[in-house]
Amino acid sequence: MEPILSVRNLNFYYGEHKALKDVNMDIYKNNVTAFIGPSGCGKSTFLRTLNRMNDFIENVKVEGNIIYEGKDIYSKEMEPVELRRRIGMVFQKPNPFPKTIYENIVYGLRKNGVNKKDVLDEVVEKTLKAVALYDEVKDKIYKSALELSGGQQQRLCIARAIAMQPDVVLMDEPTSALDPISTMKIEELVLELKKDYTIIIVTHSMQQAARISDYTAFFLNGEVIEYDETSKIFSNPRDKRTEDYITGRFG
Amino acid sequence: MNNEELRRLKKRKMLNSIMHGIFLACTLFGVIVLVILMIDILRKGLPWLSLDFLKNFPSRFPRKSGIYPALLGSLWVIFLTALIAFPIGVGTAIYLEEYAEDNKFTEFIKLNIANLAGVPSIIYGMLGLAVFVRLFAMGRTILAASFTMAILILPIIIISSQEAIKSVPSSLKQASYALGTTKWQTVTGVILPYALPGILTGSILAISRALGEAAPLIVVGALAYVSFIPKGPFDQFTVLPIQIFNWAGMPKKDFQDVAAAGIIVLLVILLGINSVAIILRNKYQIRMKD
Repeated sequence: MEPILSVRNLNFYYGEHKALKDVNMDIYKNNVTAFIGPSGCGKSTFLRTLNRMNDFIENVKVEGNIIYEGKDIYSKEMEPVELRRRIGMVFQKPNPFPKTIYENIVYGLRKNGVNKKDVLDEVVEKTLKAVALYDEVKDKIYKSALELSGGQQQRLCIARAIAMQPDVVLMDEPTSALDPISTMKIEELVLELKKDYTIIIVTHSMQQAARISDYTAFFLNGEVIEYDETSKIFSNPRDKRTEDYITGRFG
Repeated sequence: MNNEELRRLKKRKMLNSIMHGIFLACTLFGVIVLVILMIDILRKGLPWLSLDFLKNFPSRFPRKSGIYPALLGSLWVIFLTALIAFPIGVGTAIYLEEYAEDNKFTEFIKLNIANLAGVPSIIYGMLGLAVFVRLFAMGRTILAASFTMAILILPIIIISSQEAIKSVPSSLKQASYALGTTKWQTVTGVILPYALPGILTGSILAISRALGEAAPLIVVGALAYVSFIPKGPFDQFTVLPIQIFNWAGMPKKDFQDVAAAGIIVLLVILLGINSVAIILRNKYQIRMKD
């Protein structure tokens, strides 16, 4: 299988502190890849190196390569603005803009110069349907997105990300602020979306990783301890530390 | 509870009521002084207020005196001051908060802006005289006065705009960047719309401060007696506070009351500007759900 992202010997520093140690990983197209591990293990930091969201933090350093479409995303040829258009992101807490539902979805397109009303209308309808939000909000797409419930807001944020037609969608603990029913809806949505997108999800819940992912990486203290097909990680871990973590002995 | 504990509780409760009383008195002090001032001004000034007072030129005779040139002068100065100070101030705030790197130089600038906000206004008058009137040869004109006033209120506009920009949740900025936008697009798309009510409130309050200033304009060369109407930025001028100051210093007793009438006009304009600030803030306020 062809990897969409290839990470080679990646090190990441916050000042003196080394947060990622020699990470190597191939991420496969149209799969769901989950990152699990205790808090502070570097899984979110790693996720943010993939679309260069760490660029906004001062005093950080990256070593190694991340190859995307034959180019190193930290090289001069890669424009971070363009990279982020192709590798979208959904955050831990739902963060819709204080604008209408419609304007939330078309925000990225407008900023990329798409302004034709019929094109935008079509994208809004299509993406709202794709995140199974259309029936719930079709009468209020010109109302403020802040009127939606937390779970609806998070699905709107996913719609906002996929409206850009990205290749990859990064999700940073997207259900940690949501109730169980909203969580279930997001999980169903992830399984649906992987037909069209490659999804990388950081999760604090091992059950969630087991339910929705095809590949799982276990992080500990900035290292990838084990990375394999999810079924193998959960049924037959090779490393003692992975086994201890998934059986709940720590973390 | 034994007697000792009861006694202590009583003492604590008494201290609480005493402090309550003291703080109430502090609050009332300001209110009462303001009310007395208002009553005094209104009692003296109201009988002199009329349409003629607004339309007349100053005169030797209190009955014929009016505020027209000073009113127009003030409006000209305020309009140009806002036009100069608002874009420069907001631009500076955006640069400092969003573009500038966090280094010693930026720290130094921020510290200095905070200090400049505390410099007495007459010092800005001296600066205006030296730089705008003389060096840039603008002369004693509305334009020179507006630049001087703009410099005077810039620190306030910058600081309040910085605060407003800082209050934009970083989650919204990140959401914008994650959609492949540049810094400028994030500034216009998320930061400014969210920060605008705060920026406008701070800027309008700063501009209303400039409206009440007399000292720097005296130094820059506002006229004491004006017998013409300023028609453009290059005309000479006077402003309301200076006109009021002049009347208050006249020997004729009636002019004190004319000054009071001038103060009422100035207060009405100030109140009008402040209500605009409040209306704008409420209109654009975006309430975020947590």
